[in-house]
Amino acid sequence: MASTACFMIVSKHDIPIYEAEVGTVPKKEDAAHQHQFILHAALDIVQDVAWTTSAMFLKGVDRFDDLVVSVYVTAGHTRLMLLHDSRNDDGIKSFFQEVHELYIKTILNPLYLPGSRITSSHFDTKVRALARKHM
Amino acid sequence: MAPLAPKSGDAIFASVERVNAELFTLTYGAMVRQLITDLEEVEEVNKQLDQMGYNIGIRLVDEFLAKSNVSRCVDFKETAEVIAKVGFKMFLGVTASVTNWDVEGTTCSIILEDNPLVDFVELPDTCQGLYYCNILSGVIRGSLEMVSMKTEVTWLRDMLRGDDVFELQVKLLKQIPEEYPYKDDE
Repeated sequence: MASTACFMIVSKHDIPIYEAEVGTVPKKEDAAHQHQFILHAALDIVQDVAWTTSAMFLKGVDRFDDLVVSVYVTAGHTRLMLLHDSRNDDGIKSFFQEVHELYIKTILNPLYLPGSRITSSHFDTKVRALARKHM
Repeated sequence: MAPLAPKSGDAIFASVERVNAELFTLTYGAMVRQLITDLEEVEEVNKQLDQMGYNIGIRLVDEFLAKSNVSRCVDFKETAEVIAKVGFKMFLGVTASVTNWDVEGTTCSIILEDNPLVDFVELPDTCQGLYYCNILSGVIRGSLEMVSMKTEVTWLRDMLRGDDVFELQVKLLKQIPEEYPYKDDE
């Protein structure tokens, strides 16, 4: 089954630091921009919801047509955002948890400046592998 | 009779004081990060790390000799073995191996398969020329210089650059005879 998914990490200063299209649907030129737009619009809702619960995983905070936005807020208020059309909640949750671990490893790297773009190809490969595994 | 040189540093490692590995790794990382910010050029950072290592080495060798009970080494081969088996174990908690001797017995490679300094580290594109562990080469150079061996230490392989192990080439340039600070008849 083909699915659409766009994954993005937003730093606590609202700057996107990592982005990946991880869906299996063939790429469309304008879709990437649309996905960015939807995720961007969801940031306000995330901000409101994040402080009402102690859970890190906020599922389905926003929706657009049949696309759903799920978010994982880390303790440092970095947001891992996923736009998806599948309903595999457990998979998405474990995807977030494992990406969170990867993200922690990345920020422990002394040569990475927190809040800057994640350019590591190792990180990119791992995230894409996790996306295939869980969604 | 002088005590026999220990074959490994396990016993000493068990008795010396230790710090948390992550604290150590991140402190070293923060230091390298700061050097990169301050000096801007990775070449300069490499030099600075080497110099810092040298300054550590010339002091560390005394502590090493005091605590490790190693006796005088008969040749450079034994020196290299002691550094790899006892020295690395005592101060870094890892054991290195010595290989690739040349025919004269003056050049060898110290191979580190495990290096606590580089946990979490990944070289970004902007730091490609950096020898992240250059402090180690400085330490070896400094400590050998204090025991009258002039050496040259270079990195041949680096795991951060995609190699499978760390390889340090240690080349003995010359043995400096011990000099007395004054003449007998003065």
